[in-house]
Amino acid sequence: MKYELVSGLETHVELSTKTKIFCSCSTEFGGEPNTHCCPVCVGFPGTLPKLNQKVVEYAIMAGLATNCEISNISKMDRKNYCYPDLPKAYQISQFDMPLCKNGHIDLSNGRRIRINRIHIEEDAGKLVHQGGNTYVDYNRGGVPLIEIVTEPDFRSSDEVREYVEKLQLAMKFIGVSDCKMQEGSMRCDVNISVRPAGSEEYGTRTEIKNMNSITFMTKAIDYEYTRQIDVLENGGKITQETLRYNESDGTTSSMRNKEDADDYRYFRDPDLVNIHVTDEEVDAIRRALPELPEVKRERYISQFGLPEADALQLTKSRAIAEFFEAASDGVANPKTVANCIIGQIFRRMENDDAKEKFEVSIPASYLKDLVLLLDSGKIRMNLLKSTLDKMLDSGKPATEFLSESDLSGVDTGDLKKFCEDAVAANPNAVSDYRAGKEKALKALLGSVMKASRGRADALEAERILIELISKG
Amino acid sequence: MEDYGKIKKLHDSLQKKEFSCEELTKTYIGAIEADNPALNAYVHFTPETALAAAQEVDAKIARGETLDILEGIPMTLKDNISTTGIETTCGSKILEGYRPVFDATVWELLRSRGAVLLGKTNMDEFAMGSSNETSIYGGAWNPHNTAHVAGGSSGGVASAVAGNLAVYGLGTDTGGSIRQPASFCGIVGLKPTYGAVSRYGVVAYASSFDQVGPIATNVEDTALVYDALAKQDPRDSTSRGARELACDTLKKDIKGMRIGFAKQYFDGVRDEVREAVERSMQVYRELGAELVEVDLPQLSYALPVYYILSCAEASSNLGRFDGIRYGYKAKNYSDVNEMIAKTRSEGFGKEVKRRILLGTYVLSAGYYDAYYKKAQSLRGMLVQAFQSAFERCDVIAAPTVPMTSFERGKAAQNTVETYLTDICTVPINIAGIPALSLPCGFDQKGLPIGLQLIGNSFCEATLLNAAYQFEQATRETVFRAAKMGVR
Repeated sequence: MKYELVSGLETHVELSTKTKIFCSCSTEFGGEPNTHCCPVCVGFPGTLPKLNQKVVEYAIMAGLATNCEISNISKMDRKNYCYPDLPKAYQISQFDMPLCKNGHIDLSNGRRIRINRIHIEEDAGKLVHQGGNTYVDYNRGGVPLIEIVTEPDFRSSDEVREYVEKLQLAMKFIGVSDCKMQEGSMRCDVNISVRPAGSEEYGTRTEIKNMNSITFMTKAIDYEYTRQIDVLENGGKITQETLRYNESDGTTSSMRNKEDADDYRYFRDPDLVNIHVTDEEVDAIRRALPELPEVKRERYISQFGLPEADALQLTKSRAIAEFFEAASDGVANPKTVANCIIGQIFRRMENDDAKEKFEVSIPASYLKDLVLLLDSGKIRMNLLKSTLDKMLDSGKPATEFLSESDLSGVDTGDLKKFCEDAVAANPNAVSDYRAGKEKALKALLGSVMKASRGRADALEAERILIELISKG
Repeated sequence: MEDYGKIKKLHDSLQKKEFSCEELTKTYIGAIEADNPALNAYVHFTPETALAAAQEVDAKIARGETLDILEGIPMTLKDNISTTGIETTCGSKILEGYRPVFDATVWELLRSRGAVLLGKTNMDEFAMGSSNETSIYGGAWNPHNTAHVAGGSSGGVASAVAGNLAVYGLGTDTGGSIRQPASFCGIVGLKPTYGAVSRYGVVAYASSFDQVGPIATNVEDTALVYDALAKQDPRDSTSRGARELACDTLKKDIKGMRIGFAKQYFDGVRDEVREAVERSMQVYRELGAELVEVDLPQLSYALPVYYILSCAEASSNLGRFDGIRYGYKAKNYSDVNEMIAKTRSEGFGKEVKRRILLGTYVLSAGYYDAYYKKAQSLRGMLVQAFQSAFERCDVIAAPTVPMTSFERGKAAQNTVETYLTDICTVPINIAGIPALSLPCGFDQKGLPIGLQLIGNSFCEATLLNAAYQFEQATRETVFRAAKMGVR
């Protein structure tokens, strides 16, 4: 029988607000254990939470970026469970009245992944096992999270990968999270079930918790998909359970089954009042929202005439896109700017992380000024390239490296003179060229370039050189 | 000294240097040392910090500065109000030795005005009880008759104030815990509107019911302290502060004020209590108030609604006591789960465990709709019922408790019967409205009877005004008698 994968995702994204969700402690990652804490986030008796409005704003931004409706009224609930990293024995979350609902993300294959809801909640602390003892570090406790819950709309692990990448990019672009899976600022729980292809009913699902790498997540889904089919093919039944993925051998194993499932005893948190958001407030946030990567990509293609591959590269992060847009503002051909970024500038960056951060030694305006010189015919492409390298090395503007005469260009008379001098000074090269060694022309051209200090138009010089040699 | 207007009188004496604040404080320290063994009102006595605070006040007087009305007045706090460096144990073993690193907002407000804290007073464990006898420190006893309880859960404050071991004190009221002991001890206790006073730093029992309020010997003192407390607090999202100062309108005459009464409030009330409250209605008529009958049939739901919702919230609030960060921790365990389980088993008393179990049950999957959800909707109905009653009257008069103070040990013998004694006070917390208790008579044994005055949301000023006029009118018959037999 042919089977179909049915999968849904719950993604926790840590919001990059400066302070925690219910107190003014720092949200900075790491730090000496228990130094980013106060009586509120450690849940000392009598303390009360105070909702950080920035968290609401960031969550609304995330909701708008994923096409969600924003609720005018939502509330905070308590999710009760006992674990040493949860100092109040309940997590403040949202249960039946989430802040955002009914969104979606569209995939490149045309399929739409529906987002059921996005709610805000607090993160828990961390247990640290050391020398046979267990310690609790509450630095992460109270760091704001959003949980983005999809419908079971994924049909392959590739779709999951694309969704997560798109989500990641969108969240980073709007600046609400750095979405670093390895640091845990983005974590996924995956629900997986299989059903005969064409069937409308859902099979029994399993859940794999806390996936913190896209690669492992797709591997885990593929493994679990195959495992469930094997079970069914052998006449077995799928048990509803929570699984962990073992990165070492690529298998899944059971953490707990349905009977052990927690009863969280959700109820409204009486310490917090309803969250009211007006349509006007949502509109203001919508207006302030940066252009999303997909919209930018389309615009780069249609407005700037960039190839899709370039548009994709330039929208890998907001920093790149902003640099590109600033540098190409008013230039004749944005493709030149794109080439500079994707070629010379990217080459200087060690890895994808660095490219994303896009810390460039010169401001975008320096690149723009350089490209404008090309546009006005004052310099040629080869001089642009060499100057850009010098600029990137030094962080200085183009004017530092281009003299008055560099910028004055080379007139036709001068160029002819340079060419004639080159032919006269290099008889060997001339005879080589005449003997059919086309490469010899390069030496002559080099000589012309040297004499013109790089200002000469290489194509024009080549034309004149050939003319001179053929004449002789 | 006559207790009436006590704070003002002490303030004047301090300001006129009739005695120093240190002398005043030492008088109270002496009284506590002499009488506390019999009353068991104080559980964390802090004479050194009290004297240090008093000396600061004296220095101010010596410099010729004007004192704030509450400055230098010796007072006490219930043991669930956080005080930096001073034990805050909620009458529970599980908070043994816990010294907060921050002040509750209410204490911050009073401390900044120069209040002299004599110590922390006894209470039912986590404010769960009606006799103060669920405290790990044992009961607090009634100054009118120490064979009787001071009431609960703010029994220690009431016992201390009635026994003149403090000028006033702060209690907390979740289902009657200020008003019931005030009633039992013949003094005044105000449960403000939910949200009038900050809950920050007050160890939670049931967060949507809890309110801090003053307990004092007379209405004027109660109003003075209430005005000091009712401030909006940015640390408590549910806090709104007061609309107006109660002291400004305290002494207004009450001609034409509409005093409501509901027959449902007299169901199952002991005769002596009913008669005393009926006499009080007469007093109001004589003061020119208009008596209006209102109907509150929904009161019969109040007890189950209260016990379901308050226990639900408590079961969540008390989850944080796990022995990891503060308070008591079990000694022998093999893993963290056993440590937490043993800490709670050994650290919580019987009544607290009962309410945690009850609360956990009503929130559990499969029971949630039948209990918690239904109780929530009935809560909405009760709020509505009081709203419509207050369209017809300004204040509702009722008994505070259907009886007078219990004998020692009686409350523990019958849990359900004891829960039933909260019948008159819990509807107020469910509706979130303000109410106070003030003495209105005595039973045959000479134990005080409390009159409960109930007001509309944020109408504390009206409530205190009505109480003040009653107190004035009954000054000879009730007020003086309420002090008899007590120091």
